[in-house]
Amino acid sequence: MKAAMSETGRTPATGMTSAGEFVARDRSGPVASQCEPQKGFLEARIRKQLGEFVLEVDFQAAPGFTVLFGASGAGKTTLLDCVGGLLKPAEGCVRIGVRVLFDSSSRIDIPVAKRRVGYVFQSLALFPHLTVEQNVGYGLTQLSRGERSIRAASILRAFRIDHLASRSARDISGGESQRAALARTLVTNPAVLLLDEPLSALDAPTKSKIMDDLREWNRTHRIPILYVTHSRDEVFALGERVIVLDRGKILAQGTPHEVMTAPLQETVAQLAGFENIFDATVEAVHPELGCMTCRIGASSAVFIETPLVRTGVGSTLRVGIRAGDILLATSLPQGLSARNVIPGRVRSLEQRDVIVSCGVECGGTNWAKTGSWGVEMECHLTLAARDSLRLAPGREVWLVIKTHSCHVMQK
Amino acid sequence: MAIDWQALWLTLQLAVIVSAVLFVIGLPIAYWIAFSRSRWKFFVEAIVSLPIVLPPTVLGFYVLVALGPRSPVGRWWMALTGHTLAFTFSGLVIGSILYSLPFAVQPFAASFAAVERKLIWASTTLGASSIRTFFCVIVPLSAPGLITGAALSFAHTMGEFGVVLMVGGNIPGVTRTVSIDIYDRVQASDYAGANATALLLLAICFVLLVIVYATNRKAWAVKPVE
Repeated sequence: MKAAMSETGRTPATGMTSAGEFVARDRSGPVASQCEPQKGFLEARIRKQLGEFVLEVDFQAAPGFTVLFGASGAGKTTLLDCVGGLLKPAEGCVRIGVRVLFDSSSRIDIPVAKRRVGYVFQSLALFPHLTVEQNVGYGLTQLSRGERSIRAASILRAFRIDHLASRSARDISGGESQRAALARTLVTNPAVLLLDEPLSALDAPTKSKIMDDLREWNRTHRIPILYVTHSRDEVFALGERVIVLDRGKILAQGTPHEVMTAPLQETVAQLAGFENIFDATVEAVHPELGCMTCRIGASSAVFIETPLVRTGVGSTLRVGIRAGDILLATSLPQGLSARNVIPGRVRSLEQRDVIVSCGVECGGTNWAKTGSWGVEMECHLTLAARDSLRLAPGREVWLVIKTHSCHVMQK
Repeated sequence: MAIDWQALWLTLQLAVIVSAVLFVIGLPIAYWIAFSRSRWKFFVEAIVSLPIVLPPTVLGFYVLVALGPRSPVGRWWMALTGHTLAFTFSGLVIGSILYSLPFAVQPFAASFAAVERKLIWASTTLGASSIRTFFCVIVPLSAPGLITGAALSFAHTMGEFGVVLMVGGNIPGVTRTVSIDIYDRVQASDYAGANATALLLLAICFVLLVIVYATNRKAWAVKPVE
């Protein structure tokens, strides 16, 4: 995960908040203008209603990975189905470069088989009655028998499953099935690749090996790849760009770093795993230091230092802090670079698997008198940390939070 | 008295022809029933299933009328061949096809509908036409259902009585089938002969059903990759 992050960490400098602009607003980034058809770009404007649910999206995907991120039910698969032609949008337009696949205004609806859209389903859908090689050769009927087996053999080698060629698709492992399904789709030279959580069932090492092979393939065949996931880690691991979907709408798009670490809207924050989201009031702005001081809530005594955004004293916004980004100390820590050291008292300790979720009530000196003034923060620590600190409800603690772990969002 | 081999041979011929024809016309009908989104699908399903509940004499009666010299079909056949369809082997085949239709179509349609939709979509997104998808994905994965349909229509035709009697009568070598032969023998108090023939028919039908249920055993069925 760390290695993958550093690889995708080549974020354009414009994405960072140097000028004090809201980060997520800077996210036009590498995308080209909306009007001219771009060679090899996937452009989609889709409206599709399924019962109560409405999908309404408008986006461009450049060659390379675009991650579609959202909770289940956000409309990710529906979107892929509309691009692939398995569902017909009520209105809109889908095109790859200048090639129009669907256009409701001119009644164009290219049949699925002629779209050249590669689609790997979550269930993979390998043909169980065929061998791996027959599966991979399935989409190559226009080629001669000899050429077909040459092409199949070369992609099987590229995905390291050439030794399985004559095995039945039923008798290979999960990871091998994923490779076979990818190879079967890629060998047809699709103009766009749709991946619906194809790797969700795999363990991390297998997954990252397959991703490496897929990236390698994509280096030579530059096509847009829409990769659906609801896993935060995957967004960072492979996204050059990420589109966040929620209830059928695009909430945000940009590089993973922009969208996932400094989200514009609270829903993104919840999706991105911010356990702590607070209303905050700006108390002081320090442009020369690149930070500002915010009061959590309207009247609490908890102040935190956050990165600078373009805003004024007295304005209200939201601050998101991940539970895993908070350190816990049992005595007042000294000599720290972290700017936020907040006193509090342990209210609850709950073990979840190998993580302890600790609820800490912060509210400065007023806590003992009023009890209700405080702000409760959730922080995560290991079992060992809990035991060595001998944490228990009522214990006095100090929370340590770096300035850049406090993510500022619009309200 | 010995078994009427001529009647048995005729019955086997009839059953082979009928189940072969039903296999061919049953596939597209079953495909339509399994995949069509037409609002009139229920109507077609009801028509196809009708022979299951209809008394064979009713079906036989209407087939007889339809094949007779007064109906358009009967007249057309008369003009073409010079003789009527009723009381001929061809007439028997037509009547039996109608009578056994649901026994082929229903298992076909059920097994087509049970093919995982994602496999069909995968085939389509890989550029395969509907026909290629049908023959390369749907049919191979429906093999147990196809065997069931073929075996049931064969066995059902072997044992039919009412329609055959109404449409074909009892002409030795032309329309006299095993079931009619049994009926005749009982009428003539030849219980030993009836028993021998009935036992043979019973054995054939039993073996066919054993084949049907054996091919549908879970352990042998072709399943999607887990």
